[in-house]
Amino acid sequence: MKSALASIVLVLSAPSLTAAATKDSCVSCHSTLDGKLAAPAKLFDSDIHHQAGLSCADCHGGDPTDESVDAMSTAHGFRSAPKKTQLPDFCGRCHSDGTYMRRFNPKLRTDQLSQYWTSVHGKRLKQGDVKVAACVDCHGVHNILAVADTRAPVYPTNVASTCAQCHADAHTMEGYKIPSDQVARYRSSVHAQVLAQGDTSVPTCSTCHGNHGAVPPGVDSVANVCGTCHVFFAQLFDKSPHHAAFASMGLPGCVQCHSNHEVVRPSDDWVGIGEKSVCVTCHVPGDKGYVAGQKMADDLAKLRAASARVDGVLSSAERSGMEVSSARVELADVNEALIKARVNVHTFDPEEVRKLTDQGVEISQKVYGAGVAALRERDLRRKGLGLSLLFIVFALSGLYLKIREIESPKNP
Amino acid sequence: MADLRRRILNWLDERFGAGSVEEFLRHKTVPWHRHSIWYYFGGMTLFLFVVQVLTGILLLLFYRPTANEAFESSHFIMTQVRFGWLIHCVHSWSANLMILTAFVHMFSAYFLKAYRKPRELTWITGVLLFVLVLGFGFSGYLLPWNTLAFFATRVGTEMAGSVPLIGKWLLVFLRGGEEVTGATLTRFFGFHVAVLPGLVTLLLAVHLFLVQRLGMSVPPGVERRIAEGKETARFMPFFPNFLLRDIMGWYAALGVLGALAALFPWELGTKADPFVPAPAGIRPEWYFLFMFQTLKYVPAKFLFLEGEFAGLLGFALAAAVWIAVPFLDYKAGFGRVTRFFTGLGVFALVFIAVMSALALR
Repeated sequence: MKSALASIVLVLSAPSLTAAATKDSCVSCHSTLDGKLAAPAKLFDSDIHHQAGLSCADCHGGDPTDESVDAMSTAHGFRSAPKKTQLPDFCGRCHSDGTYMRRFNPKLRTDQLSQYWTSVHGKRLKQGDVKVAACVDCHGVHNILAVADTRAPVYPTNVASTCAQCHADAHTMEGYKIPSDQVARYRSSVHAQVLAQGDTSVPTCSTCHGNHGAVPPGVDSVANVCGTCHVFFAQLFDKSPHHAAFASMGLPGCVQCHSNHEVVRPSDDWVGIGEKSVCVTCHVPGDKGYVAGQKMADDLAKLRAASARVDGVLSSAERSGMEVSSARVELADVNEALIKARVNVHTFDPEEVRKLTDQGVEISQKVYGAGVAALRERDLRRKGLGLSLLFIVFALSGLYLKIREIESPKNP
Repeated sequence: MADLRRRILNWLDERFGAGSVEEFLRHKTVPWHRHSIWYYFGGMTLFLFVVQVLTGILLLLFYRPTANEAFESSHFIMTQVRFGWLIHCVHSWSANLMILTAFVHMFSAYFLKAYRKPRELTWITGVLLFVLVLGFGFSGYLLPWNTLAFFATRVGTEMAGSVPLIGKWLLVFLRGGEEVTGATLTRFFGFHVAVLPGLVTLLLAVHLFLVQRLGMSVPPGVERRIAEGKETARFMPFFPNFLLRDIMGWYAALGVLGALAALFPWELGTKADPFVPAPAGIRPEWYFLFMFQTLKYVPAKFLFLEGEFAGLLGFALAAAVWIAVPFLDYKAGFGRVTRFFTGLGVFALVFIAVMSALALR
């Protein structure tokens, strides 16, 4: 009898026991509060930690089953909101633990904390500077989204805006003697324009500077940064006379001509001795570099002119309705030669550039011939048409005269 | 020369009885009145059909009807074959001109009430011939296998799928499968060079026989004026008077075709790629534009019918009324002009013109 009664009580109390296990007093209490204290409860639904099954207590400790204020007692292991200087270790408690993180996503790196302490942000934070960025400044707090989420502040298209929170603020940056126009310059770059179209393969701030281990690249490492994507250019530059010369003068390799943040689409005008030339920044009339620049610019101009000439004749043929698709395909080879010649400018050797421009000019001459032949064929067809129309008019006149003859009143 | 001609005719007469044909031609006349100019359009359509057959046969010597080779063989004809560009362009332009002249011929016959008794079958065979000519246009358009043709065919055959009960079967029959593929191309080629020419030859033979047997229709208005003595009935001998005029028109058409081929060559476009999205603003050729535009205005659901099917049903009913007009407008057979049917024809013409213009906007 007693055991039966006990079973009944156990069964009847089972739902309430289950309910007590899923109850989270942190959320239920904080959602009734106002302002800053309510924010965590409101935001946490969208947080990646919440979606992974973690609760407030997993970061802040305490007892989520206790509905009284005692839930936040140190006896229950409660850890209040950490100070700025404590933040990296607070997050790193889990994020640096490979064994722990593996259960959520085995691919996730666990070196963010160690990287952070090597960064300028990390070093300054250790010295007590609380103005620098720490985890929550970039990732947010309580509503942290996955890096792959397009709404995340650290998604590639949003990174520049995230960095700009501090780095575009002249007042904040004044104390560090760092300019605050990098983001604005970056936004005018070709990288930013392509990124805005959704291509995330192009660099943003963290690509060149690192994310957790953010450090401005030093002079000798700039070309390494650019060279991670622009591999061929970096290889040619390394073999060129500029590599050693720039290194000895302490000049940043690629940045010297292409800038760092404001990397715009280069133009052939940069090569040579013209107004927009970058060569004349260092080279003076008569020196080897000046002459080399002039030669390369002339060869590029020659190939461009040849390509434009061919394009003109093919367009004229196309407008007349002539079939020149094969010639168009060959014209692509001319444009390819021009692209390769522009790449070879980074050898700073006019002979290397001329090899390719001469190739391109030769192809363009052949294609030009095809275009001219198409126009000649067009003219021949029109002459043939004129002749045929003449014959037809002659035939029509003959028929008309015949009709008049057979219908004349003189004919019965 | 005249003696040689006589000897040839006698030789043919002994074997084919050509003398009776010669006799018939000698006595055949064509009514001559202010609307006689419309009589030329039938012969013009026939001439353009002959041009199509001849240029089509020449193209057949080089064209290959497979997805891998259709575009390339068309390119080869245009660029490598001597006068291939001329044959290809004439064939393309003549197709469009033939549809135009067939259209004019049909509407002129309608407005001049040439369908009235005893020419009902001439009208019916003529309308069926017009439908077959549109079939020629639709099937031939795909053969160069370029992007525009591929997607236009996909849209056009898709509509067949919306017919209830048999829609799926019809779609698969037309395409030779679920999608537009090389099988569709081969099938359309078969339609274009064998099935349709066979059907057209049969119908054309009946149509021409009826035209010869029953003669040219005189519009009711002219007949009434002649009956009232306000106008004299005039006739022109078919041979050689009318025929010489016909030939003048054919020469002029030849000149127009040559000019179009030389000055506005037909573009080959780019080879069809089934995996790219349809080009923006894709639309069918001009003769299907009015149907294409009308279907855009039909709502997704019309009463209890699917919108597309309702549109197609509407066209089918309109075609049925059109073909049955000799029996519906039976009063015309008694010389009475019913304004309703004239108005119906005007409405049809205006509808086609307005919808086509809207589609081009």
